[in-house]
Amino acid sequence: MSVDTATVKKVAALARIAITDEDASRLAPELSNILGWIEQLGEVDTTGIEPMTAVIPNTLRLRDDVVNADPLTGGGIREALMTNAPQAEHGFFTVPKVIE
Amino acid sequence: MADLTDLGIAGIRDGVRTGAFSATEVADAFVVKVAKAKPLNAFLVETPDHALAAARAADAARAAGETLKPLAGVPIGMKDLFCTKGVATTAASHILEGFVPTYESTVSQNLWDAGAGMLGKLNMDQFAMGSSNETSAFGNVVSPWRRPGDAAPLAPGGSSGGSSSAVAARLVPGATGTDTGGSIRQPAAFVGISGIKPTYGRCSRWGTIAFASSLDQAGPMARDVRDCAIMLEAMAGFDAKDATSLKLDVPKWEHGLSSNMAGKRVGIPREYRVDGMPGEIEALWQAGIDWLKDAGAEIVEVSLPHTRYALPAYYIIAPAEASSNLARYDGVRYGLRDLPEGAGLQDMYAATRADGFGAEVKRRIMIGTYVLSAGFYDAYYTQAQKVRALIARDFDRAWEQCDVLLTPTAPSAAFALGEKSADPLAMYLNDVFTVPSSLAGLPAMSVPGGLDKDGLPLGLQIIGKALDEQGVLNAGLAIEQRAGFTARPDAWW
Repeated sequence: MSVDTATVKKVAALARIAITDEDASRLAPELSNILGWIEQLGEVDTTGIEPMTAVIPNTLRLRDDVVNADPLTGGGIREALMTNAPQAEHGFFTVPKVIE
Repeated sequence: MADLTDLGIAGIRDGVRTGAFSATEVADAFVVKVAKAKPLNAFLVETPDHALAAARAADAARAAGETLKPLAGVPIGMKDLFCTKGVATTAASHILEGFVPTYESTVSQNLWDAGAGMLGKLNMDQFAMGSSNETSAFGNVVSPWRRPGDAAPLAPGGSSGGSSSAVAARLVPGATGTDTGGSIRQPAAFVGISGIKPTYGRCSRWGTIAFASSLDQAGPMARDVRDCAIMLEAMAGFDAKDATSLKLDVPKWEHGLSSNMAGKRVGIPREYRVDGMPGEIEALWQAGIDWLKDAGAEIVEVSLPHTRYALPAYYIIAPAEASSNLARYDGVRYGLRDLPEGAGLQDMYAATRADGFGAEVKRRIMIGTYVLSAGFYDAYYTQAQKVRALIARDFDRAWEQCDVLLTPTAPSAAFALGEKSADPLAMYLNDVFTVPSSLAGLPAMSVPGGLDKDGLPLGLQIIGKALDEQGVLNAGLAIEQRAGFTARPDAWW
């Protein structure tokens, strides 16, 4: 698979990473090379094989449906949640204006 | 008194228990070593107070006649992928610069509960993506090893390179690592120490910064097999906060250690004899076979037919999961925010991520985004997950013929910093022997086997059945006792 600079820019936009034209020209052959190598997987006959979803057999547990079952991951920790925010006001995360 | 930093985990634990020395003396000795070792750049944050507080608690417990905890008096290093409450945690990325967790990862909490103290946070490849520790945003880690008469800095391996460098240089008796495709085993091999990745699900991933969630596993890195067993016992255990955590008791691995391999069958996978394998690696592998035979094991040749597809499958699955996991770094809730003048929300995301992520991280996010994008998902991601199922099936079939597998850990000894960083694919090939067992979630460890012609360490890998860490540790011990690996780097730092 050969990836051109337009594709690189599209993927970067999907990944929300700003890139310059220069970056895109540098990344196009790099990604082409890596994706070309990955393509050998197409040779493998996987007829009738289920894609793996869990490496070790395990069942998903359900916890009791109660508020704050685990105090660490439950509610009431707004201050701790906001501590590392680059910008927080009045107990909210703030972002640039999104509605005109 | 002998230098306390020459002691491993078991030696420190036992000496503190008998009163041969105090835990505070041990912590002081390591703190001095850490402070002097700046040229290795193994530490991102030094936390002498944490180590000393744990040491004083151990000494006080002993003075009061209490039973000491399993790791009482043992100071360790913590890979910077583990969130540590009140101590900066960055995953060696600029995007998390200044992030100070308000909670403690389960693995680190387990270690503190066992009485261990922390000497500091260890440098690593950024977001655990790399095999040489050159992708850290805070400078390369340097291996304590050098080629004779050559001061060129060597790679400590990656991604747990701060951990490997610190253990090999005896700045810490043991350190945590994490392994997604070989990030404990390859660095352990590069610096002549031991390290084990347990079965997927043994160690909780809660509070460990995510790279590829279906592969990430924490494990210990230490000087020998016994120390790994002791430390893994403290790190492992069921955790309700991780949906993939295994609800199983933690075996007494240290107590179960035995190097008698009588009645055990050791499989030698023929597909691991790759083209262009250096003669020294080949010779080391043969030495490992002879050692395990000497320990009483029967050697059988086995086949893992899909081995050559493991790396390409890994380089679809891991970047795909990374692209999803790393979407959280958006400049809103934590970490860096880059808000260009007049920028809107989307521009802020893109600018923040462009500025905050290193080149390798961006490369992998973009590969992941590409293989998951509309029209390509089935051809890449679904196919990779099918191949992954075939790789796991290969191992299942091998277990009908053998109990553990023996392979080299890495295709070469440590390379010089800069030697492979220009070619991402050449770097990825470092993990050729470690990735298959990661994809299958199996326990695997590296133990030092010998030195190459330049006097640099080489490692042997043992892969075991799911949940059979004991079998892996025991085979590792059998090799360790016969390899007689005592080489250590001369301190130049």
